[in-house]
Amino acid sequence: MNLDSKIPEGPLTEKWEQHKFNVKLVNPANKRKYDVIIVGTGLAGASAAASLAELGYNVKAFTYHDSPRRAHSIAAQGGINAAKNYQNDGDSVFRLFYDTIKGGDYRSREANVYRLAQVSVNIIDQCVAQGVPFAREYGGLLANRSFGGAQVSRTFYARGQTGQQLLLGAYSALSRQIAYGKVKMYTRSEMLDLVMVEGKARGIVTRNLITGEIETHAAHAVVLATGGYGNVFYLSTNAKYCNVTAPWRAHKKGAYFANPCFTQIHPTCIPVSGDYQSKLTLMSESLRNDGRVWVPKTKEMAERLRGGQIRVADIPEEERDYFLERKYPSFGNLVPRDVASRNAKQACDEGRGVGSTGLAVYLDFADAIQREGVDKVSQKYGNLFAMYEKITAENPYELPMRIYPAVHYTMGGLWVDYNLMTSVPGLYATGECNFSDHGANRLGASALMQGLADGYFVIPYTIGDYLAKEAPVPVTTQHAAFQEAAAAVHERTQKLLSINGTRTPNEFHKALGHIMWDHCGMSRNAEGLQFAKQEIQKLRREFWSDLKLTGTNEELNQMLEIAGRVADFLELGELMVDDALNREESCGGHFREEYQTPENEALRDDENFAYVAAWEWMGDNQPETLHKEELQFENVKLTQRSYK
Amino acid sequence: MAGNNPNAKPMNLTLKVWRQRNRNSEGKIVEYQVKDISPEMSFLEMLDVLNEDLLHKGDEPVAFDHDCREGICGSCDLFINGRAHGPEKGTTTCQLHMRKFSDGDTITIEPWRANAFPVNRDLSVDRSAFDRIIQAGGYVSVNTGGVPDGNEIPIPKNIADQAFEAATCISCGACVAACKNASAMLFVSAKISQLALLPQGQVERKTRVENMVAQMDKEGFGACTNIGQCAAECPVGISLENIALMNREFINAKATSNNLA
Repeated sequence: MNLDSKIPEGPLTEKWEQHKFNVKLVNPANKRKYDVIIVGTGLAGASAAASLAELGYNVKAFTYHDSPRRAHSIAAQGGINAAKNYQNDGDSVFRLFYDTIKGGDYRSREANVYRLAQVSVNIIDQCVAQGVPFAREYGGLLANRSFGGAQVSRTFYARGQTGQQLLLGAYSALSRQIAYGKVKMYTRSEMLDLVMVEGKARGIVTRNLITGEIETHAAHAVVLATGGYGNVFYLSTNAKYCNVTAPWRAHKKGAYFANPCFTQIHPTCIPVSGDYQSKLTLMSESLRNDGRVWVPKTKEMAERLRGGQIRVADIPEEERDYFLERKYPSFGNLVPRDVASRNAKQACDEGRGVGSTGLAVYLDFADAIQREGVDKVSQKYGNLFAMYEKITAENPYELPMRIYPAVHYTMGGLWVDYNLMTSVPGLYATGECNFSDHGANRLGASALMQGLADGYFVIPYTIGDYLAKEAPVPVTTQHAAFQEAAAAVHERTQKLLSINGTRTPNEFHKALGHIMWDHCGMSRNAEGLQFAKQEIQKLRREFWSDLKLTGTNEELNQMLEIAGRVADFLELGELMVDDALNREESCGGHFREEYQTPENEALRDDENFAYVAAWEWMGDNQPETLHKEELQFENVKLTQRSYK
Repeated sequence: MAGNNPNAKPMNLTLKVWRQRNRNSEGKIVEYQVKDISPEMSFLEMLDVLNEDLLHKGDEPVAFDHDCREGICGSCDLFINGRAHGPEKGTTTCQLHMRKFSDGDTITIEPWRANAFPVNRDLSVDRSAFDRIIQAGGYVSVNTGGVPDGNEIPIPKNIADQAFEAATCISCGACVAACKNASAMLFVSAKISQLALLPQGQVERKTRVENMVAQMDKEGFGACTNIGQCAAECPVGISLENIALMNREFINAKATSNNLA
């Protein structure tokens, strides 16, 4: 199949406007004849569900949570970017576009990113109208802060819980449509397969997590807004339930998976404290506005610190290495995430790490507190400081925070065209679930922007173009494809329950996480990746012969849920490794040790790798087929990214 | 607080856990032992240890709600030693750490207790009543698109901050669990305050409070008798003042109702 990105003709600045005019419309009276399924109710899903229902479509929305408001978008801390230029500091749509393309290390589509920057301004207006309580200045107008990878202040925020406020805005819009009867909401329902009829997405199979009932649902189109797959690493900043199952099932039904190896390691997370650790907690990037990252200058000093012979306060200023400020004077502590993470790892690899494990660097607020006072600092970061103290029992007003990089976001995801449609007709992917806008590295405060852009302002236009070509006749689950898909789901569930081995789903998940983190994490090399591939295959065989579960399908069975998700991670993990092996260059979050500049920065190979790698499933235990979408850069010049 | 010594060695604990197969079955307290619990663990990580242990023995793990494990999604909902979210003030269960307990402690773990929150299984409860209350009016009725520029609606900083404080409710239900009447007033009032304070919420101000309060009553939550346990146990510090504000809003709305239906 030829990958047609369907990028509209014409100048960059006019593509979206022109496209909106060219797409087919569904007339208002006909909209009620179309059903749309939306899986996931985070920012991308809830905003799409509300907006499509407002237009008149019949929406069925699904979440495995007990309420749409629990989706992990809620945990996003720092903010949301928008090219409002309220600060008069030189921002523009083009600058946000440029920063995002550059931040993504030139591995994203110009047209998609430009559209994202264009609609970013509408998002802020929409959220304000919903009553989202953004931070404000004393004059009553909206406040901004700066974020990594940008030299303007364009990030809108609600203290350190912007994601929560934005999600509650989208959730309220969704709730309104539920009340109107335009959205039928299915909670505690997990999508376990996609149903295809005559080559098109026509519905889904779900499991009711309370009763275990396997249900089928039909629609004219299906939208996956199910988030990212960072939990393939077991430990990540994702919520515990986050998983790849919905998009992975779609992948096995024909949706290509793009750039799976592009994962983001966030530089500022609370370090791992023990084997029992169940997840990692992010400390917002916004902290790097005021926090200074450092380690002791020498290995000897770091050793004495770790050994408890000296305290932090005993290290004089001249013995501290503020390595980001030293190496990147123009961006300083606000370099993009991939750069900050790699530098922290490097400092720790040199033996200069702090904390009991030596796998941490300091994020120090002493200067900010001295400059602005405790109150001002607390106003900006109070909830983050409190969270840090709860977890570590250390007070960041007195001691510098200890931080270390952790898996945070996945830029890869289902391949989509400009309309956000996957390679399966009628199947769309939005938000973190798709691959489209962040290239090889996402800039801070851009995930919320993309999720809401897709849901509020892109999919409502583009889905009509597809639906207008579908006959406005009712769809049902009567087709044999629904029964077959439901039977397959049932069979798989029974298989999981009947293995009766000795190892728990979490043990397999942790083992996979170790393989992925060690060999497909912050830095990668061919040898390690080859090794990881063998190990994952071995682990997958063990999983299907030695898994331990109890209970039945016909009840709330949380270990069964986990087992199904881990089974899919065990397949995705291998594809990530294949993708990382294939991409013989370094770019953004994908750092291949073989390809680096003399200064240890990522060394791209634009000649051979300026493409999107879209992988096609070829069957169980078969190598996947690679399709390439060449990236065209007509408006930005590809350069070695520099933040010096 | 049940002891706070960060340098404590691994602990052995006795857990008394509510087990209930499903909504319609009888439940009971079952006793378990957990060993070598690190004080650095979170409370839910301690339960993970218990569940791995139960599964290895061929027993059924304890069902409990959780997800983000960073105190913001509002999923976790354990009643620990008779207190919603346990002994530490201003803390969700997932952010509670075992350093707050001591070796040899017995810890009783129950689900939220309220008629409006039926038990799904073990410690997991159904809080969909909260969603239905929001559906009754917890929104500003604007469609996507066609809204004014964000800066065309200036809001005094103190008002914006106050609305934000109310909007930080995580909908965990601790207020209901902590209240002897199982009242949901703190939850409902937080949403009503947020929108009553903001200019965007003015148009539907009266119908909103009327409809949300009516739904709250319909769901079977109890009345408020001004004890304040809800605010005392709220993990995110939602203030009791919201209830006072809601009562004023409600009386005003009833006296000058816009609700023509």
